[in-house]
Amino acid sequence: MSWFTQLLTSSLGKKLVMSLTGLFLILFLPVHLIGNLQLMADDGGESFNLYAKFMTGNPLIKTVSYLLYGFILLHAIQGMLIWKANRGAGGGSSRYQGGKSPTAWSSRQMAGLGMVILVFILLHMWQFWFQMKWGDIGTATYGGVETKDLYTIVQHTFKQWWFVLFYVISMIVIGFHLQHGFQSAFQTLGLNHKKYTPAIKTLGLIYSIIIPLAFAIIPCYILLIK
Amino acid sequence: MKLNLKVWRQANGQGKGKFESYNVDADEHMSFLEMLDVLNQQLIEAGDDPVAFEHDCREGICGACSMVINGRPHGPNAGTTTCQLHMRFFKDGDTIHIEPFRADAFPVIKDLVVDRSAFDRIIESGGYISVNTGQAQDANAIPVEKEQASEAFDAATCIGCGACVAACPNASAMLFVSAKVSHLALMPQGQVEHDKRVQSMVNQMDLEGFGNCSNTYACEAECPKEISADNIARLNRSYLISSLTSD
Repeated sequence: MSWFTQLLTSSLGKKLVMSLTGLFLILFLPVHLIGNLQLMADDGGESFNLYAKFMTGNPLIKTVSYLLYGFILLHAIQGMLIWKANRGAGGGSSRYQGGKSPTAWSSRQMAGLGMVILVFILLHMWQFWFQMKWGDIGTATYGGVETKDLYTIVQHTFKQWWFVLFYVISMIVIGFHLQHGFQSAFQTLGLNHKKYTPAIKTLGLIYSIIIPLAFAIIPCYILLIK
Repeated sequence: MKLNLKVWRQANGQGKGKFESYNVDADEHMSFLEMLDVLNQQLIEAGDDPVAFEHDCREGICGACSMVINGRPHGPNAGTTTCQLHMRFFKDGDTIHIEPFRADAFPVIKDLVVDRSAFDRIIESGGYISVNTGQAQDANAIPVEKEQASEAFDAATCIGCGACVAACPNASAMLFVSAKVSHLALMPQGQVEHDKRVQSMVNQMDLEGFGNCSNTYACEAECPKEISADNIARLNRSYLISSLTSD
């Protein structure tokens, strides 16, 4: 076995893949959020639709987006494989019920939380990404530039309370996933030192609250205020 | 004090095993193992099979005692082995569940005794320094920073009991392996074989069928020697670097 295969198939290497893909997805979230915030602008969708057109047309962004889809899949599949292997290791199987675990709830629920997030991403991509790319949606023209009118689709979707509820719940789930995942990614990379680990943990906690909260505000704003 | 014990009884590795209920009259000054001695005396006198459990030094330094007490390896107290857990931490009339350290890599031999030789094989794969490192005075001739020495010593206090594996929802042995790697890695004498040691010990750990660490830190919370999960980060770092840089 080559050293590279050996590295990636070892228990530590599998975690390394989770860590690196996870960190990439963590970086992606604020970028996605900044774009989404334009949904709240009171300009009839001009800034958002022009942004969506730019995002689907720019070759560099297209390349990065394929990398993103790949990493989401890799993170999900690798996560499921690790979960399966860990269940097969027969650990944590004390038959005594009623003990209190000394660990954080989110750290024990990463696989379950991850599955909810995967379902969310699939629905989310069907509702917006697929519609933008191949859906038969209307167009809007701003200063002579014609764009697909994704803005109206989003507004329409988030006028339905059950979608808003599903999105808000999904954001809470992502928050818990990040709460463990953020600091865990650094631990797996071996980036642990008393100089900066406390800062990473604090930053991770703030990040896991602020980012999902900001995402969740958008559909709530569209439903309740717009 | 009168106690109701629910003890895991399993005839051998193939058997299914179940909790058996026993009543024991114990003294609050007894250690947990002495309380089990009382139970076994009772069982022997009644002509029953005594409960098999491991013990050796009964001083908290050998790592032989291994049982899960009310769902927690080595019982409810932090930084305490089962032998150092005293009955005064329980109340008269308590029901106590006693189980073996559970993990597929630690197959049950009988009752509360599990086969922890997987740890021995991990040590054999590289948890040593191949040359004579001299006597105490030779160690003093090599400059080692105090902080470094303390950290190495903290890692070296691992008694290899396996509570980390029993505590981990994934049955991962990362805390054990990382402690063994760390106490040598932090010393100048451990440097030469460091890369090889990390690779061999991780490979052996994977071969033994332990699960993958998911950073729940249950190990750190339950370790009777309070080994820090910072050692796990060091092992992660060392494994990555040694994979990238060693020949």
